[in-house]
Amino acid sequence: MSARIIHIASNTFREAVRDRVLYNLIAFALLLSGAAIFVGQISIDIERLVVVNLGLSAVSLFGVVIAIFIGIGLVSKEIEKRTLYTVLSRPVRRWEFIVGKFFGLAGTLVVNTFFMGIGVFGALLYVAHKFSSGDAQILTALYFIILQFLIICSLALLFSSFSSPLLSAIFAFALFVIGSFSDDLRGFAYLTHGIAHWIATGAAYLVPNFSALNVISAVAHEQGIGGQLILQNTVYALFYSAMALSGAVLIFERRNLK
Amino acid sequence: MPAIEILGLEKTYMVGFWRKRPKRALHPLHLTVEEGEIFGFLGPNGAGKTTTLKLMMGLVFPTGGTARILGQEWTDPEVKAQIGFLPEQPYFYDYLTAHELLDYYGQLSGVPGKERKPKIEQMLRRVGLHDVKGVQLRKFSKGMLQRVGIAQAILHDPKLVFFDEPMSGLDPLGRREVRDLMEQLKHEGKTVFFSTHILSDAEALCDRVAIIHKGELRGVGAVEELTSAVQGKVEVIWQGTQIPASMKALGAECHTTGDTIRAVIPESQQDAAIDALRRERMRLIAITPLRTSLEAYFVEKLQHSQTTAGVSK
Amino acid sequence: MTSRQRTTISATVVLVISMASSVLLLHHIDEIRPREIVDDTLYVASPKLVKRVSLGFDGLMACIYWTRAVQYFGHRHYLREHSYNELAPLLEITTSLDPNLFPAYQFGANFLAPAPPNGAGQPERAIRLMEYGIQHNPDNWRLYYNLGFIYYTELKDYKKAAEVFDRGSKTPDAHPSLKILAALMAEHAEDFATARLLWSAAYQTSNETSIRQNALEHLRSLQVDEDVTNLQNAVTRFVERNGRTPTTLWEVVNAEHLRGLPVDPDGIPYELSLEGQVLVANPDDFPFITKGTPPGYKPGPPKFHTKT
Repeated sequence: MSARIIHIASNTFREAVRDRVLYNLIAFALLLSGAAIFVGQISIDIERLVVVNLGLSAVSLFGVVIAIFIGIGLVSKEIEKRTLYTVLSRPVRRWEFIVGKFFGLAGTLVVNTFFMGIGVFGALLYVAHKFSSGDAQILTALYFIILQFLIICSLALLFSSFSSPLLSAIFAFALFVIGSFSDDLRGFAYLTHGIAHWIATGAAYLVPNFSALNVISAVAHEQGIGGQLILQNTVYALFYSAMALSGAVLIFERRNLK
Repeated sequence: MPAIEILGLEKTYMVGFWRKRPKRALHPLHLTVEEGEIFGFLGPNGAGKTTTLKLMMGLVFPTGGTARILGQEWTDPEVKAQIGFLPEQPYFYDYLTAHELLDYYGQLSGVPGKERKPKIEQMLRRVGLHDVKGVQLRKFSKGMLQRVGIAQAILHDPKLVFFDEPMSGLDPLGRREVRDLMEQLKHEGKTVFFSTHILSDAEALCDRVAIIHKGELRGVGAVEELTSAVQGKVEVIWQGTQIPASMKALGAECHTTGDTIRAVIPESQQDAAIDALRRERMRLIAITPLRTSLEAYFVEKLQHSQTTAGVSK
Repeated sequence: MTSRQRTTISATVVLVISMASSVLLLHHIDEIRPREIVDDTLYVASPKLVKRVSLGFDGLMACIYWTRAVQYFGHRHYLREHSYNELAPLLEITTSLDPNLFPAYQFGANFLAPAPPNGAGQPERAIRLMEYGIQHNPDNWRLYYNLGFIYYTELKDYKKAAEVFDRGSKTPDAHPSLKILAALMAEHAEDFATARLLWSAAYQTSNETSIRQNALEHLRSLQVDEDVTNLQNAVTRFVERNGRTPTTLWEVVNAEHLRGLPVDPDGIPYELSLEGQVLVANPDDFPFITKGTPPGYKPGPPKFHTKT
C-alpha cells in the first residue's frame, strides 16, 4: 500500500520537474529577489526589512501559483487525457492515487521553497552583509509558508477531483485570498446577529486560516514566534489538509470516468 | 473456474440538462469466458463494448449486477495484479520514456524491484521497442504507442488480459504482429478477452465470440459452430472460359474471372459436377463446402435485433 | 464489506474528525497568537500606501480596517490597557479609504479623544480626523456634532464648541439639539442639563453598540453627579441650620421633606460618610462620575464592555 503511494508521489514529482513551467517560476522568483536588492539601495535603513518582506512574500505568492497551477490538473488532466485508465487497471486504490498525488505536489513545493529560501538568505546576506540572530526566524516563516502550501495543495486536489481546471483555479485562488483575511472574516462574523451569525461563523471557521500562518512582517521586525504557535499551526495544517484530502477521496471514489 | 463471469452487469446513464433522461449503455449482461481461450467481443461502434470493459476495470460503476474475475469479486483490488488492460487508443504520460513508463507501471503492479529491470527489457524486445526505450513517449507514433500499450498490459505476467480494439490504427504488419502475440499469449495459457469491430480478425483468432448491439447481447458461441452451418452448397472452381451446358443444367450460378470459373452448386450435385467437368476435359481446381462467414452471422443478428426492436416499438 | 465501502467509511471518519479538530484548533490558535504582534506592528501605517495596495477595493478594505479598529479598541479596553497606539492610524486608514464611513468618525470622537483607559488620549488627532471628515462631507451635521463633542468633553473649550455646534446647526437636516447646544455653550456649558443633552444625542444618533454603551454610562454618571451635588447642597443647608453634620441621610430627607431616601440609577440608596460627605454605594458601577467617591478611591476595571 504505502509503496504505491510513494511511487505515485515520485512520479508526480517527476512530472512537475519535467514540466518546464516550474523552471520558469523559480527563475522569476530569483529575479524578484534581485529586484529587492535594488530597492534596498534606494531606501535607507530598511534594506533588511524590504528584502525579508519582499522575498518571503514572493516565495509565498509564487508557491501558491505553482500549487494551484499544477494542483488543479492533477486529477482532472488524468481523467481528460485518460492516462488514468491504465493506472487504475492495476492494484492501485483510488484513494492511494489521491494521496500519492498530494505528496508528490507537496514534495515539489518543499523542494521549490528550499531553493527559494536559499535565494532569500543570499539576498539578505548581500544587503546586510551579515546574519543577525533574528534571521533564524526566517526559517520559521518559511516553514509556515510550507504549511500554507500543504493546505493549498489539498484544496487544489479537492477541486481537481470534481471540477474543471479553470473553475478549480478560481475556487482555489479565492480561498487563498479569503483565507488570508480569515481574521477579519471571523471579526465580521462576530458582529453579525441571528441566522447570519451562524452561517458567517461557520464559513469563517471552515475557511483556511492563512492569517495565523503569515508571520512575514513579524519576522521582518525580528520578533520571535512562540513554540506553541508553531506546534498548533502544524497540527492545524495537517488536520485541514486531511479534511480536504478526505473530501477529495470521497468524491473521486464515486466518480465514473468518461 | 471460468476466467470471467459477468452476472447481469448493466449501466444506465442519466443524460440531459437536468440529468433526468435515462440512457441505457448496457442492458443486463450475462457472459462467461473460460480460462485459456481467446474470446472476441464484437459489435459496431457504440454498441457497449468499451462500456463493458470499463465496468470490468472499475473505471465506471454499474447500476446493477456483479461480476467475478478469476473467481474473485471484480471490485477486489488485488485481483488487478493478475489482469492486464489495453484501452482503446491509449494515452500515456508523454513526459516519460517507454522504459520509465514500464518501470512505473511495474512498480504499481507490484513487480518486485529485482525482477523489474529484466522483465522490462524482455518486454521491450518482445514488442519491438527496445531501440527507442529512452525516447519520450510524446515522440511516439500511434503504432508505437499501441505496442507500449501491449507491453504494459502483459508486463506483470497476468493470467487474463483485456484488449479494447487492439488492432485499431495499425498497418497490416502491425496487425499481424498483434495477432501473433495474442496467439502466443494463448499458448502461454493466458486468457484473452478483446473487443473489436473487425470480424476477420475475430474469425481468425477467437475460440468463442459474443455479439453485442445497442447495449444488448445478441449471440454467443464458438466460432466453429457459428460458421459451420453449411449452407448445403459447394463451390466448384475450374479452369476454362466456357461454362459447360451440363453445369448449367445442374442449376449452377457461375462467375468467370480471367480463365477461372467459379460455380456454386447444391452439395447433392457435387459428384455430377465433377463428372461433367471430366467429360469436358476441364481442369478442376478446387471444391470447397460453403460456410457461413462470421460477417453474415453478424449481419443477420444485427438485422434480427433491429426488426425485433422495430416490432417491440 | 467491499474495499470501496471500507474506503468510503474511513474517508468520512477522517473528514469529520479533521474538520472538527481544525475548527477547534483555530479557536485555540487565536487565543495564543501574540496580540501585540498583530496589533502594534501595523506595518502599513500610512493611509496613502494602504490605498495603493488596495488595488481599487477601497471600500472593502475600509470595512476591514473599520472592523479591526472596533475589535482592537474593544479588546484592549476590556483589558484596561493604557495605550491605544494603533487606534488613530486604523481610523485614519479607514476614513482615507472611505471618507463616508461615518461610524468611524463617531468612534474616533468617542474613543480617540478621552484619556486612557477609556480612550486613546489623543484629542488633537481626533479633531484632525473630524476636520478631515468635514472637509469631505461639509453637509453632514454628525461630523460637526462629533467635533463639538470633543471640544466640550475633552478640551473644555466651550467657545470653540459653540462655534462648531453653530456651524453644524446650519447644515440641512441638522439635528435640533445642535442649535440648542450652541446656545447653551455660551452661558450654561457646565450645567448638567447641557451635558445630558449632549450624551442623549450621542446615544440616539448612533447604532454602534460600544458608542451607545459609552453614552449610557455617561448619562448614568451624570445622574449620580447631579444627585450627589444636590444632596451635598442639602447637607450643607442642614449643617448651616442645625450647626452639626447629619448622622444619617434620613435626617436630611426629613428636613427637606423629600419623598424618600434618594437612590442612585441602580436603585441603591446614597450613603453619608462620618465627615458628612455624600457617597455612592458602588462607585465601580459608574466609571465616569466625578463626585460621590470616597477620598483615595481608585477605579476598578470597566464592566460595560464585553470581551471581543
